[in-house]
Amino acid sequence: MDDAPSYPLTSHGDPAAIIAWRREGPVSVARFLADVRQLAARFPAGGHLLNLCQDRYRFMVGLAAGLVAGRISLLPSSHTPETVRQLLAFAPDTFCLHDDANDAPLAGLPCLPYPATPAVDGERIDMPQIAADRTVAYVFTSGSTGTPVPHAKHWGALVRNAWAEAERLGTDRLGHALVGTVPGQHMYGFESTVLLALHGNCAAWSGRPFYPADIAAALAAVPRPRLLVTTPFHLRALLDAGIDLPPVDQLLSATAPLSQALAREAEARCAAPLHEIYGCTETGQIASRRTTASPRWQLLRDVTLEQAVETTFASGGHVEGRVALADVIELIDGEHFLLHGRSADLINIAGKRTSLAYLNHQLTAIAGVADGAFLMPDDEAPDGVTRLAAFVVAPTLTPRELLAALRQRIDPIFLPRPLLFLDRLPRNTTGKLPRSALQALLAQHPGAR
Amino acid sequence: MTQVPTPDFDALLAEVAEIIVSALNLEMTPAEIAPDAPLFGEGLGLDSIDILEVALVVSKRYGFQLKADNEDNVKIFTSLRTLATHIVAQRTK
Repeated sequence: MDDAPSYPLTSHGDPAAIIAWRREGPVSVARFLADVRQLAARFPAGGHLLNLCQDRYRFMVGLAAGLVAGRISLLPSSHTPETVRQLLAFAPDTFCLHDDANDAPLAGLPCLPYPATPAVDGERIDMPQIAADRTVAYVFTSGSTGTPVPHAKHWGALVRNAWAEAERLGTDRLGHALVGTVPGQHMYGFESTVLLALHGNCAAWSGRPFYPADIAAALAAVPRPRLLVTTPFHLRALLDAGIDLPPVDQLLSATAPLSQALAREAEARCAAPLHEIYGCTETGQIASRRTTASPRWQLLRDVTLEQAVETTFASGGHVEGRVALADVIELIDGEHFLLHGRSADLINIAGKRTSLAYLNHQLTAIAGVADGAFLMPDDEAPDGVTRLAAFVVAPTLTPRELLAALRQRIDPIFLPRPLLFLDRLPRNTTGKLPRSALQALLAQHPGAR
Repeated sequence: MTQVPTPDFDALLAEVAEIIVSALNLEMTPAEIAPDAPLFGEGLGLDSIDILEVALVVSKRYGFQLKADNEDNVKIFTSLRTLATHIVAQRTK
């Protein structure tokens, strides 16, 4: 029998090809491989790696060093103390890699600071080949019981996902420089910056520009063609700032649906096409659309959807197995569909995903909380960020104490605004909390808009 | 970089506190934001989404673009006082 199939660490074939851009200039594949080898040699014992590097290039080196050295990366949805405790329960032999000592407050977790000096570049390093069935990472989603659910990501599926995305966006032919406003640790940033740099013929800007002026400066620091990888929220902030932008050749958005109006404005301002990409943690990316051209999503190569009763399943292509999607989908033909929103329990704020069940579990698990529930209000502003409300019965706690306890458990983006204290929740006779009753309570709240 | 308290600076503190409360629809009065209390985490509890919202209003109101440069994205937003101090140094209007 043949050996199991494998794929190279990067599809950039030429050692002189550029895989990343840093403030100091371009990073070649040869330098990347040297940095990967240096870092892998420094890894402590332990089979799992929590990669906290904020610099995108260092994150890539950490991921690749894990691949070469037989470590599995852990990509949790947040880094709260409770999440890290749960992570350690899942993989006790975890160590963390960071490039900012302030990010390593996790007591008891062995930590490796990213090496301050780059590797000595010179000797030729052969391209590592990684088995397709190798587990690269566990990406975590919130379960419904308060315990995060790990999803194993295998090398072959990730590589084929990047190839499919690169084909759709044309980066495979054109070789874009990527500027991302999303972190490499987040699934969208992982796929559309880190994997596209490794396997989509792209080079990633190492920074993560934050303010609009920083995004403009990052774009100016890399050569054309340029691809800006962003979200509706960041895109709106960028356009609202009204600053001059260097030429951008393509825009990519994900994490939340983009309005037609913002998509049109972005394309007009940048004179470049904007694509949205759709996927989820379980499937990876599965479809894209040119928002200004059509609301229809087009599946990536070889991916198929089928429906059974109310549920849509994805399979084929780089999708591993047959995966139920959490979204309400209308199939148009074998290649196209419409998206009609998320299932009621799912929450997605600024690209961070959780479920009401998970949040309610974390809220009611706090000592002193007799009852409690979160509510996702109806969207108020397209391309903006809508915050959760929460209702709680906790006679012995102050709002400050309760928020401090919640902060230990859930990502800050999900902290409630407002947080309303009640004598009791409006549960009906069967103990259920109708959404309409919570909405009515919120409407009575003096601060409600 | 410390800003000597002056009547002008106190007025700016109040003005910026008002911007924060109104831009984010916070359920508090501007006077409740202590000048040196952390705006993040255990303090006011703002996050990076909030920072961008406030940055947008500050940019337009005072006529300059906020930049992180090599610094931590949100260092300017450590407290009301650090933000106001940054505005004094950068404002064009």
